[in-house]
Amino acid sequence: MIRFILNQQSIATDLPAGLPLLDFVRYQQHLKGTKIGCREGDCGACTVLIGSLENGQINYRSVTSCLMPLANAEGKHIVTVEGLNLAELSPVQKAIVEENGTQCGFCTVGFVVSLSGFCISEKEPTHTKALAAMDGNICRCTGYKSLERAAEKLVNNLKDKTSENSLNWLVENNFLPKYFPEIPARLQALQNESAFETLRNSEEKVEFYISGGTDLMVQKPEAVQLATIKTLTQETTLKGISQEGNRILIGGGTTVEEMRQSPEMNAVFPNLFPHLKLVSSTQIRNMGTVAGNFANASPIGDLTIYFLALNATVFLRKGDVLRELPLKELYLGYKTLAKEKDELIEKIAFEIPDSNTYFNFEKVSKRTHLDIASVNSALQLKVENNIISEAHAAGGGIGPIPQYFTKTSEFLKGKVMAAEMLKEAAEVLQSEIAPISDARGSATYKRLLLRQLFFAHFLNLFPNTLTAENLL
Amino acid sequence: MRNIDAFNHVRGESVYLDDIPVRQGTLYAWVFGSPAAHGKILNLDLSEAQNMPGIIRIITAQDIPGENQIGGIIPDEPLLAEGEVHFWGQPVAIVLAETELQAQLASHKIKIDLVKLPVITDPREAQKTGKLIMPPRTFALGNPTEAFATCEYVFEGTAESGGQEHLYIETQGAYSYVKENGSFYVASSTQGPTAVQRHAATVLGVGMAKIEVDVMRLGGGFGGKEDQATPWAVMALLGSALTKRPVKLALHRLEDMRMTGKRHPYSSDYKIGFDKDLKIQAYEVTFYQNAGAAADLSPAVLERTLFHATNSYFVPNVRATAFSCKTNLPPNTAFRGFGGPQGMFVIETALAHAAEKLGLETTVLQEKNLLCEGDEFSYGQITEGCEARNCWETAVAKFELPKLREEITTFNQENKFLKKGLAVMPICFGISFTKTAMNQARALVHIYTDGSVGVSTGAVEMGQAVNTKMMQVAASVLGIDTARIRIETTNTTRVANTSPSAASATADLNGNAVKMACEALKERLKAHIAIQLSLPEITGIELQNEQVIVNGKTVDLSWEKLIFSAYWSRINLSENAHYATPEIHFNVEKEKGHPFAYHVYGTAIVTTTVDCLRGTYEFDSVKIAHDFGSSMNTNVDLGQIEGGLVQGIGWMTMEELLYNQEGRLLSNALSTYKVPDIYSVPKEIDVHFMATQGSKLAIFGSKAVGEPPLMYGIGAYFALRNAIKAYRPDFEPVYSAPMTPEKVLLNLYPDFK
Repeated sequence: MIRFILNQQSIATDLPAGLPLLDFVRYQQHLKGTKIGCREGDCGACTVLIGSLENGQINYRSVTSCLMPLANAEGKHIVTVEGLNLAELSPVQKAIVEENGTQCGFCTVGFVVSLSGFCISEKEPTHTKALAAMDGNICRCTGYKSLERAAEKLVNNLKDKTSENSLNWLVENNFLPKYFPEIPARLQALQNESAFETLRNSEEKVEFYISGGTDLMVQKPEAVQLATIKTLTQETTLKGISQEGNRILIGGGTTVEEMRQSPEMNAVFPNLFPHLKLVSSTQIRNMGTVAGNFANASPIGDLTIYFLALNATVFLRKGDVLRELPLKELYLGYKTLAKEKDELIEKIAFEIPDSNTYFNFEKVSKRTHLDIASVNSALQLKVENNIISEAHAAGGGIGPIPQYFTKTSEFLKGKVMAAEMLKEAAEVLQSEIAPISDARGSATYKRLLLRQLFFAHFLNLFPNTLTAENLL
Repeated sequence: MRNIDAFNHVRGESVYLDDIPVRQGTLYAWVFGSPAAHGKILNLDLSEAQNMPGIIRIITAQDIPGENQIGGIIPDEPLLAEGEVHFWGQPVAIVLAETELQAQLASHKIKIDLVKLPVITDPREAQKTGKLIMPPRTFALGNPTEAFATCEYVFEGTAESGGQEHLYIETQGAYSYVKENGSFYVASSTQGPTAVQRHAATVLGVGMAKIEVDVMRLGGGFGGKEDQATPWAVMALLGSALTKRPVKLALHRLEDMRMTGKRHPYSSDYKIGFDKDLKIQAYEVTFYQNAGAAADLSPAVLERTLFHATNSYFVPNVRATAFSCKTNLPPNTAFRGFGGPQGMFVIETALAHAAEKLGLETTVLQEKNLLCEGDEFSYGQITEGCEARNCWETAVAKFELPKLREEITTFNQENKFLKKGLAVMPICFGISFTKTAMNQARALVHIYTDGSVGVSTGAVEMGQAVNTKMMQVAASVLGIDTARIRIETTNTTRVANTSPSAASATADLNGNAVKMACEALKERLKAHIAIQLSLPEITGIELQNEQVIVNGKTVDLSWEKLIFSAYWSRINLSENAHYATPEIHFNVEKEKGHPFAYHVYGTAIVTTTVDCLRGTYEFDSVKIAHDFGSSMNTNVDLGQIEGGLVQGIGWMTMEELLYNQEGRLLSNALSTYKVPDIYSVPKEIDVHFMATQGSKLAIFGSKAVGEPPLMYGIGAYFALRNAIKAYRPDFEPVYSAPMTPEKVLLNLYPDFK
C-alpha cells in the first residue's frame, strides 16, 4: 500500500510501485491538467510538486511525474495544477496570462507548476532564479520571451514574501489555496501510520532497485511497471552530506540538487553552482541521485566525471558487508560495473582539496542546458611552485565508460606548467580515448572537443600563466 | 485582447485529445511499425501477440474494408504496409487491447519476416536513379543563359539544409467511436479535419457524411498535423469499425518521432551572376527535395520553394528547378514556412558566398537587390504594396546597424577566442494556399434567443489564437461584447469541406467568412430595427456596445431585446457564409500567375557570440522590423514573431535530424533531438511593429503572421558563419545547416585530424 496526499486528497493505493506518477494522476485520478509530452523528463509538461517533510519543515520541489515511480510518492504531498487553482488566477497564472506566455497551452501547466514551486521554495527570489526554475520546461510556441517577462513580473510580486511562515504569506497573497498550511501535520500523521508497514516490507525478489528513477524510468518504463521494485528514496542511511576528517562523505541517495545546495560542497567548490547548472534540469536534479549517476554507468554521466577527477571512492553495501572501491575501478566496460546487482552504492567519499588544489569541470552539448554531453571533462590538479604534483583527469563521451585518464594524469604529474607541455599532454590524452560517431557527434568532433576542453581547464584555472594563443 | 484560451490554459482546464473523458469499453491502440527502412514482407506472424492478455484484435492491411490509401495529393501511401515497407517505422499493424500497456507489450511479440531492399536516404542519389515523386518543375523568368554571359561576376556552389522535427508538445492522437447507422465520430488532433474525414471515408468504404471529425484544439501543430494527423485518426476509426468499440490512439513520443515526417531536408546547387554594379542579373538553382517514402504534401512544399527561391530580391533572369526525390525516410511534410525557408536559405547562401569572394559585407548585395514596387517575381506576379525596402531601411535606422557593426568589429579586435557575428535577414513571404482552389472558407454563426452567439469555422486552434481573432471579428461586426461569444470546436458536420489550418491564411480566410456571416446577420437585424422603430431606411442604424444606435444616438433597444424581438418576428438568426479569396490565380502549365493575395515583408538583424575555444555560441540579439499591416492583435502577433523566430533559429542551429545508413532515425527522442530551451533563445528580441498599409485581402487590414517570422531564423546561420570567419578568415566552411556546435568547432579548427 502506497500512501500520500495528492493535492487535498489522501491516497492509499495498491497499484504497481513502478507505475509512473503521471499515469496515476491522469488516468486513475482523472486530473488532466498534468500533460504528457515525452515521458522521459525532457519537456517538463508533466511537472508536479513534491512536498517532503524534513525535520518538521515542508519543502516543495518540482519533479517530472513521468519519471517518478508511484512508490516515491510515499509519505509525500503531491501537488498538481488542480491543487494550485483558486477561484481567481494565482499571481503565477496571472503573470503568464498578462504577458501572453501561453499559446497552444500544452506546456503551460508545467511552467505554472515550476514557477509555483519557485514561489514556494525560493528564499531570495530573483529574475535569474525564476528563469532557472523553468530550465526543465520546453515550450515550442512562444520562444520563451513572454515567459521571461512573466517571470520578471512575478519576482516583483514576491518582493514582500517573508521567509518565516512563508506558506501563510503565500496563502494570504493568493499564491496557494488555503489547505497548504495544514499539509505538514497531515503528512506527519501519515508518516507515523506508515512506519509500521515499511518495517514489514520484504526485500525478496527485488528486480529493480530504484532511486530517483530518472534513468530507469526512461530506459525500461514497461519493465519497471511490471516488476517488483524497491525504491531507495526513503532510506535515510543513503542521505546526507557530511565531513569526516579531511574527507567529504555524500550519501548515495543524495539528489544532485541537494548536493548543489549543500553548504559543505559549496565551501569546497566555489563553481559548483554554475557547473551543476549544466547538469540536466531543476526537475531532474531534484530526483536524480549521485549514486544513480554512478550506477547508471553512462559514458557521459556528468557527476561520474566530476567525481572521477576528485579521485573519489565509493562504499558498496550488501547486507552487512561494506567495501570501498575507487570510483575509477567501478567501470569495467560499457554499462558493466565491478559490483554485484544487489550491492548498493551507500556513499561516496573524496578528499577535500587543499589550497594548492585546482578543480574544473567542462561540458559541451548540442544545447548547453538540459542536454546530455557530447563530451564532458573534469580535472583536478595539485600545483606547487608551478609544478604539478598530482593530477586527476577524467572525461566522458569519448569511450565506452566514464573514463579516468590514467595516462594523461600520470603524464602531468611532476611537470612544470607550460603550454608546450600541455600540448604534449593533449597528445597523450588522444592516445587513450576511443570515441565513436553517434547522435552526440562524430568521432573527430569528440576528439577535437576533448582537446579543447582539456585546454579550457588550464585556461580557466591558470589565466595568468597560460593563454589560448599559446595552446592553439 | 489576450488569447481567449489563456485563462483555461494556465489552470490546466483546456481540453486536448487525451483529456477527453473515455467511454466505457474503450480500447487502446498501439501501432506496430516496420523495423527496416525498405523491404519485402515475407511473413507477418501475429499468433503470439494475439494470445497476449487483453488483446482484442490486431489489424493489418487485409482487414481494411475500403481502400488502403491515404495519399493526399498523390495516391501513393497505404495506411498499413502491404507487401513492402518503404520507411523505418511505417505502420504495419494496429494492436487493440484493453489497456495501452497491454497493446504495447503485445506489439513486441509481432514477428515480421523481411527481405531487406536497398535503402536510399540521399535525395541526389534518388534523383540519379529516377526515384521521383513527380516530374520536376521549373519556374523561369527572362533568359538566364544569356544573362550569365554578360555578368561581371558569377558564383556557383552547393547548399544543404536539414530537416526539422515539429515537436508539437502534444503528440499525434485520435479518439473514435461508432455512432449509429454505420456512421462514426472521431476527435482528432488535426490541422485538417476534412483530410481526416476524406481518407477515413476511403479506408472505411463509406461516404464522407458518415464520418464526423471534431477538433477542440491542438497542443501545437506547426504543419506536422496538417496531413500527418490523418493516419492515426483513420486507424482509430478503423479499429472502431472492426470492433464496434471506442478506440484511443495517442502516440508516445518515440513512436511519433520515428513514424511521422518532418520538414524536408534539401540539397541544392546555385549559380548567381551580378553586373558591375552588383545587381543580380541571373540566378539558377536546382533543388533536390528529400520527400521521403511517399508524396504527402511534398509537391506543394516543392512549389513553395520555387515561389520563394529569390526571397526578397528582384532577379530579372531566373531558372529554378526542383526535384521531389523519393527516399526511404518517413514521408516529409508541411512545416511552418512550407518549403519557403529551404528556398530562401539557398539564395542567402549564394549572396553570402558572392560577398565573401568579392570582399564585401553580404548586406551590400542584399540591400542593392531588394524588391521594389512593380518588380516581377519569377512566377509572373508583380509586387504591390512592396515593403521590402521600407522594412530594411527601418531596421537599419531604428536598430543602428552601422553602430552595431562597429561594436562588433571592436569586440572582435579585442577578443581572440570570443568572436561576434552579425547577419541581416530580409524576408518576403507570399500569403495564400498556392493551390488557388484551397483559398476558401466557411463560417456558421448562430445568434441564440438570449443574445449569445456561437461561431463555427474551419479554423483549427493550435496556439496561434485564431479563435481569439475569430471572436474579435464577430464581436466587432456585431457590436457586442466578446463574453457573449463562444467559438465552437471545428467540426465537419457544422462546417464542411474545410481547407487545413495552414499557409498562414487561416485567420484571413475564416475571418472573412465570419465577417460576411456577421454582416449578413447585421443587415437582417437592421431591417428588423427599421420596421420596429418605423424608420424609413436602414442607413443610420448601427450596432455598437450592445446597443442599437440610430443616426449617432442610442435608442432604447439593447442587443438582448433586439434579438428577442427578432426571433419572435421570425427573423433567421443563423447565417452560413462562404469566402473565396478574389484576384488570385495560377496556371501550372505556364508556371505563371498571381498566386498570392499579398506578400509579407520584414528584416531581422541577428548577432551572435561564438566561444572559439569550445565551439559553443549564444545569440545576443535579434532586432526585427516587421510588416504587420494594421495588426488585429499585437499580443498575439508579437508571440507569433518571437515563437516563429526561435523555431527558425532552432532549425538553423541545434535541431539536427540524424538518420543512419539503414534509414533509422538516431535523433529519435527529446534527449537526442534538441529544440531551443529558455537559456538558448536570443538574450534580446526586439520587434518593431511597422504599421504598414496592410492588405485589403487580409482580415481587417492586418497581415498574416504565422509563417513569415520563422525565416528570420536563417539569419542565425549566417551570423554564426560570420563569427567563424572572424576567427578563421582564411577558411571557407561549406554551406550546410544546421550550424551545430559540432560544425562550428570543426569549422574553427579545420586542420584538426
